[in-house]
Amino acid sequence: MIEQIVFYLFSGILLLSATMVVVMRNPIHSALFLVLSFFASAAIWLLLQAEFLAIALVLVYVGAVMVLFLFVVMMLDINLVVIREGFARFLPVGITVAVLMVAAMGLVVGSDYFLSDTYMAIKSVGADYSNTKELGLTLYTEYLYQFEIAGAILLVAIIAAISLSMSKSKVNKSISPEEQVFVKKADRLRIVKMQSETNNKDEESET
Amino acid sequence: MLEIIYQFISHNVLLPITTLLLPVDYQAQALTVLQTVVKILSILVPVLITVAYFTYFERKVIGFIQGRIGPNRVGFFGFSLWGLGQPIADAVKLIVKEIIVPTGSNRVLFIMAPILSLAPSLAAWAVIPFDDTKVLANINAGLLYVLALTSLAVYGVIIAGWASNSKYAFLGAMRSAAQIVAYEIAMGFALVGVLVAAGSLNLGDIVNSQAGSVIHWFWIPLFPLFVIYFISGLAETNRAPFDVAEGESEIVAGFHVEYGGMAFSVFFMAEYANMILIAVLSAIMFCGGWLSPFQGIPGLEDLFTWVPPMFWLLAKTSFFMFLFLWFRATFPRYRYDQIMRLGWKVFIPITIVWLVVVSALVVTNTPPWFN
Amino acid sequence: MANKIKNYVTSLFLWELLKGLRLTGKYLFKRKITVQYPEEKTPQSHRFRGLHALRRYPNGEERCIACKLCEAVCPAVAITIESEARDDGSRRTTKYDIDLTKCIFCGFCEESCPVDSIVETRIFEYHGEKRGDLLMTKPRLLEIGDMVEKQLAEDRAKDALYR
Repeated sequence: MIEQIVFYLFSGILLLSATMVVVMRNPIHSALFLVLSFFASAAIWLLLQAEFLAIALVLVYVGAVMVLFLFVVMMLDINLVVIREGFARFLPVGITVAVLMVAAMGLVVGSDYFLSDTYMAIKSVGADYSNTKELGLTLYTEYLYQFEIAGAILLVAIIAAISLSMSKSKVNKSISPEEQVFVKKADRLRIVKMQSETNNKDEESET
Repeated sequence: MLEIIYQFISHNVLLPITTLLLPVDYQAQALTVLQTVVKILSILVPVLITVAYFTYFERKVIGFIQGRIGPNRVGFFGFSLWGLGQPIADAVKLIVKEIIVPTGSNRVLFIMAPILSLAPSLAAWAVIPFDDTKVLANINAGLLYVLALTSLAVYGVIIAGWASNSKYAFLGAMRSAAQIVAYEIAMGFALVGVLVAAGSLNLGDIVNSQAGSVIHWFWIPLFPLFVIYFISGLAETNRAPFDVAEGESEIVAGFHVEYGGMAFSVFFMAEYANMILIAVLSAIMFCGGWLSPFQGIPGLEDLFTWVPPMFWLLAKTSFFMFLFLWFRATFPRYRYDQIMRLGWKVFIPITIVWLVVVSALVVTNTPPWFN
Repeated sequence: MANKIKNYVTSLFLWELLKGLRLTGKYLFKRKITVQYPEEKTPQSHRFRGLHALRRYPNGEERCIACKLCEAVCPAVAITIESEARDDGSRRTTKYDIDLTKCIFCGFCEESCPVDSIVETRIFEYHGEKRGDLLMTKPRLLEIGDMVEKQLAEDRAKDALYR
């Protein structure tokens, strides 16, 4: 009973916040509602006893991706008027795509795989069952090659992103902190020993 | 001691309440809920008191290092008591002050930001084991939970900076966001090292796998990760020398310029609660948590068996908390590009290299840690 | 090359940071030099420049001759003087105001005074609760002068050596 209440509560929040992501005028508010919808779906995953996925969702998407998202959205000066300009013109296309997607989703959800009686009850497992461990075992045994390939693709993406963002020409005059931190006193300062001058001959010659 | 108090409250306060007020069907459930609430309070109230006195302690320590004596006037009942009343006086002053919401700011987000920054740092205490048995939620993915919650603290800062409608606040928020995201990666990798070494995500199991003696604690095999974790912790909590998010000398006070009164003090509490959290996590993951430092030393070990295990955890935590203050009193603020360089180009490579080393140690069952 | 490796190793082991920590750690246990202000006070110089005062001659005659040098020299324009001939023909001030909210306590007025009339006393613990409280008028300045005349005379005597 309680599980159902919690499920409906969080799915309600999820649907509402997902709608708000699309509807909100302010992009920052949209991004924050997206964060909320991530949280709600994490909670639903927790209900399904998939705590690893739930926490990973919060950690990766909420903790890192959305922070960068917000970062970028806040930095950009988005002009809402310009974005809204072509609304009427693109409406037919948008509606067509939306109808197609709803139809596709309906087909998938309505198919035999998602019959309500197979997915009604959550399979209850003992307290010593660790979703994290199971996931790790499956990933690193059965799906090892797929996992490694995914890792390699991500690595390529990382390297590509870095090499794209690196400027090829070295015309900018940015300073290099790694050179700066290794500067020692001896590199910059030369102490010259000289005799103290007692007579004021120099002063006289100047005047 | 704590168990006795808890049992007393549970039997003499909670049980009568539930039996008198509720129908029989719901009594058991209601009792569990109430007991959990009492447990939560028994963690959070001491944490918040520690936060208050941590501020006092910080002023004292930094004062001492600078040849001053720090606050020493506000006391109780006419006795100055080395200024022990100072945090309470500060709290009263901040509560009484008005919260000003700037024009052009986003009111809802402006009020929400401090709450968002305090809540995760308190919620993370749920999985902290104080003892072999004393833990609020003994969940298997404890380490992940902590990592996820510490990564949420940045939202308070970003939202505060944006909702304030002030350029200084916004600059502070941007700095803080970039810094926290950068150091979170190094921190996460350091924690992966702990995970590899302990073979578990459960914080209690991590402590238990360090049992033996001081040498068995993870600070020796994971020393670089330990140092990087603590330094990243400094950066995550925006403490000196990584406090560019506040940067008094260049951006006034960073993300909380526009805040005053209780809203400001919630930010303040969040910062200190985060520091205590980082300190307690360092103690748990690298310094044997509640394990006695005299374990495994014949003679001394028996001499200290009467000390409750929780004492050791608190002692280690206090040491790390002191380090936060000592660092603040010692180091000048990093420049922003140097912070970024340290995070991305120094810490992350070192952690990755050391992950390989740790894995090799674990695979080869190197004594005395991994046999 | 060897130097570079040495630099890398020392920075990796945070050597310089540890040196800094050792220094501050030493200061943690050093003697504290804070002065507990209301109970303890630091010694004052006889040239201390505090609250202003107008002095009198030993016979009770006020020194000020309304030459307005102080008014002219005051860099903060804090002094306002109006003068008139007194019944006995001598020129005296009818108004001598110092706005302490403007005053920067530079001591130029004291330096410029040909008759040692306007002086700065050693008084530094004073406050104003109302708007006009920090606007010193002639009677108040004279009153302060009468109050601390002994100290003022002593300080002037001490400083005479160097003038």
